Amino acid sequence: MNEILSAPYVLEYTYTRSTGPVVGRFLENLRYEVLEGVKTADGRVLCPPLEYDEEGEPTTGEFVPLRPSGTVKSWSWVQEPRKGHPFDRPFAWALIQIDGTDNAMVHAVDAGKAKRMKTGMRVRLRWADEKNGTIRDIACFEPIAPFLPGPVHLEYDVNPGKHYTAYLRGLQEGKFIGGRDPEAGKVYVPPRGADPMTGNPTSEYVEVADVGVLTTFTIIRIPFEGQKLTPPYCFGAIVLDGADTPIYHLISGVPHDDIRMGMRVKAKWKPQDEWETSLENILYFEPTGEPDAPFDSYKEHL
Amino acid sequence: MAEHCAVIGIGQTKHRESRRDLSMPGLVRDAALRALQDADMTWKDIDSIVIGTAPDMFEGVMMPELWLSDALGAAGKPIFRVHTAGSVGGSTAVVAAHLVQGGVHEKVLTLAFEKQSEANAMWALSPAIPFQPQLVAGAGGYFAPLIRSYIRRSDAHPDTGCMVAVKDRQNGLLNPNAHLHLDLTLEQVKASPMLWDPIRFSETCPSSDGAVAMVLVSDKHAGRVKNPAWVKGTSVRTERTFFAGRDQVNPAAGKLCAKDVYGEAGITNPTKEIDCAEVYVPFSWFEPMWLENLGFADEGEGWKMTMEGKTALDGEMPWNMSGGVMCTNPIGASGMLRFAEAARQVRGTAEQHQVDGAKVAVGHAYGGGSQFFAMWVVSSER
Amino acid sequence: MRDVAIVSFSQLPSVKAIEAADEPELVQPVTSDAMKQVGLTQDDIGFTCSGSTDYLPGRPFSFVAAVDGLKAWPPLRESHVEMDGAFALYEAWVRLMHGDIDTALVFSFGKSSLGPVPDVLNLQNDPYYVQPLGLDSISAAALQAQAMIDARKATERDFAEVVARNRKSAADNPNAQIKGDFSVDEMLQEPYISSPLRKSFCPPLSDSAAAIVLAAGDAAKKLVNRPAWIRGFDHRTEPHALGQRDLTTSPSTKLAAEKAGVGQGKVDVAELHAPFAHQEIILREAMGLGDGVSVNPSGGALAANSLMTAGLIRFGEAANRVLSGDADRAVAHTTNGVCLQHNLVAVLEGE
Repeated sequence: MNEILSAPYVLEYTYTRSTGPVVGRFLENLRYEVLEGVKTADGRVLCPPLEYDEEGEPTTGEFVPLRPSGTVKSWSWVQEPRKGHPFDRPFAWALIQIDGTDNAMVHAVDAGKAKRMKTGMRVRLRWADEKNGTIRDIACFEPIAPFLPGPVHLEYDVNPGKHYTAYLRGLQEGKFIGGRDPEAGKVYVPPRGADPMTGNPTSEYVEVADVGVLTTFTIIRIPFEGQKLTPPYCFGAIVLDGADTPIYHLISGVPHDDIRMGMRVKAKWKPQDEWETSLENILYFEPTGEPDAPFDSYKEHL
Repeated sequence: MAEHCAVIGIGQTKHRESRRDLSMPGLVRDAALRALQDADMTWKDIDSIVIGTAPDMFEGVMMPELWLSDALGAAGKPIFRVHTAGSVGGSTAVVAAHLVQGGVHEKVLTLAFEKQSEANAMWALSPAIPFQPQLVAGAGGYFAPLIRSYIRRSDAHPDTGCMVAVKDRQNGLLNPNAHLHLDLTLEQVKASPMLWDPIRFSETCPSSDGAVAMVLVSDKHAGRVKNPAWVKGTSVRTERTFFAGRDQVNPAAGKLCAKDVYGEAGITNPTKEIDCAEVYVPFSWFEPMWLENLGFADEGEGWKMTMEGKTALDGEMPWNMSGGVMCTNPIGASGMLRFAEAARQVRGTAEQHQVDGAKVAVGHAYGGGSQFFAMWVVSSER
Repeated sequence: MRDVAIVSFSQLPSVKAIEAADEPELVQPVTSDAMKQVGLTQDDIGFTCSGSTDYLPGRPFSFVAAVDGLKAWPPLRESHVEMDGAFALYEAWVRLMHGDIDTALVFSFGKSSLGPVPDVLNLQNDPYYVQPLGLDSISAAALQAQAMIDARKATERDFAEVVARNRKSAADNPNAQIKGDFSVDEMLQEPYISSPLRKSFCPPLSDSAAAIVLAAGDAAKKLVNRPAWIRGFDHRTEPHALGQRDLTTSPSTKLAAEKAGVGQGKVDVAELHAPFAHQEIILREAMGLGDGVSVNPSGGALAANSLMTAGLIRFGEAANRVLSGDADRAVAHTTNGVCLQHNLVAVLEGE
């Protein structure tokens, strides 16, 4: 029963990159199959161009056209490409010094076989068929002989830890589980690793009620990205009977004008056959109809 | 401490909703160069760099200081990265001050930035992570219930938050670097839409791109400028997000942070000995809450100071002379902007929003669920 | 400058996955153990500092929950760095220079098991030119290893010998993940992951947590017989772009080691944070560590590699050898960034 929960989790987002004058010009020109380097104050040429060189000096903004060819300075053969790699067949990563420049560019070399790769080898640039003003407008190199999308996609497998697992398992059975350090006696819902007042592990699990006091709340009237509900709706802090910390949930089943600090509320559970290891088993909290709790009885939770 | 520490250079970008004209390296460079110019220094003079920014997911570059090291002239130097949630701008400046005070380095560049336009902060703050409760409340949804608690506990005048919003926006009109320049009346603020009851639209902060930098030096180098701001005290305090009996309206960590910093600076009566304060107020109601938390007012009395106009630029205890977070909010830089404004005031370089004769000022930052705090006290006197 | 010493160290054994633990559950055992070893509780600690990164769990503000593993009442003087825990140790060391407090607790935690670490580390790369290509951390290190071979500074056999020595040393380390006798010839038969790096030339990925207690002056002497005094502590960075650096050298390590005073005395032990075998060779040369130095008696990051913690563990392992009297003078090192961009070096002494 206490097998640790686990679930896939994908972190994915496309950022909107402001590229500035130097990087922006370079990337925009790639669309037109134009390869340029930028001159540094001491007369070197950098490709890819940087706004600031390794001494921290701003580069001059003077661009020079370059031949789309260069020399491999170091390389690594990848027999089994990873998901984010530029090829799904074997290829090489390389540091490539473009002809006429003084630095090197990281890119891929489509060489077919590891045997064709050698430091010092000559390579030519292959343009991508479709271009969108990013470094991937250069498809790769092959042996010769100002906005940029920055997509991130990372696949994790996360678990909530022992205590939170116990909490979620409880919810699956329609119960609220809290944790306490037997010495301090305060009940934390959900249970955490340690009682902050003592530093001891919250080693005991206790069940608390699904009824409690609404201590404070807000009415949300603003739409925002990722929002699941349609405003307005009420969101509040509830100290369950037997708990010493609040949980947060939706408050419903009552007109917004009638929602009060100190109101007694009870969990409105989903039908039992829909229960999962989730706080979403509870649709919302609704008034019990009991008299309100006096302010003094919950003010320490505000 | 072994050494005195002085702020001799301060620079910031113009803050806007989107600085699409600047890359991230260009943004930090702009603030750093302005601070160096103010200090009459060049890159070569700097021994060490301390940088702060909010979660890396806001810009999608992991440990961006590695990539930004060229723009900051850091090759061959130490560069150090701090991250303490919303208080990061403040705690970054505290680390920089400690490097000087501890005698580790003599000339430190400290910098904080955020380029919120590269992503969407609401996304970065709330990816749908398995087992984590879904974010149903939005950014203000966490703080709105606390504000409701404050109003109930202190029986505050309901217009207090609106008064702060009007005052901070008026101050922001005097600050050319501020993101928002809004000439609002009390009636306009009161009529603005209710977003997270009791927080109205005009009582919330914007989301900005921007950076701020300072040059901190030891005694030996303070003479490079005629008006250094001396760091008289620094402090940081942290408490947990949730624990039994936690006072979220008037958090103990904030009170202790203030006590520590006043103690180090030798201040016994903040309202008498401090001339002005630049405090992290992202929702207008936090002004009265922090007035009480930081010892400028008794518990339950902070809102009266606001309503009486005492915190206005020409009042007894001006708060947020620059317009504060209510006008400018590049999250990772917001804390350092507060610290920098305090230093500008005691240097006498705050231009249109200068408090006449300011000698001692407080800078303050907080973050997380009102749980991470950082402060400093700066003075025109060593 | 004040004398500051490491007085205790605790770590969780590095394993492939610590499944039944979230951040506070990792932090609680190591912090409480490190304090207990010297008879302290959180109430005795003047400053607390941690190091971690949000990208390991893929969650913003992931460090906030770690404080839940501590006794945080009354509220703590506390800070956090988005770097390896060794840099948190550096911040704590600086904090102790202030003089008003005498002790500090430093901790870090890293669960490499949650996500695709080599791809996660691509996010450290330039977001304009390299990140979009998907340069994973193994391939980046491979470019460095090939540059070593091309410069005739090392061969693949040299890499294998570094691995064999580290993992043999790790046999005595109960906290190491991969240990024992590994044949050089057999390693050289393994297929390449990204040439010239074979599986064994790369570090394992581990979950772990670690904590260290620092104390200043007399406070340190009261807590332990033989504190591991920090005699020098420095860190330096390099230009970011791989194409702007000579990857076969580490000028930032060399400079940090000079500033920390590594060469000012005989070094008995060095714990170097070299996740890839060839990086140990680069670091040894940069610090001028000769054959007489025992390098990575713990097995180093090639035997156990919990991200954000592996660096702090180097400091703990080096300090333990000074604390126990096995070494008089030790060097501890931590790296950060792609291909050793940023390096931190300390000298620890028993007297």
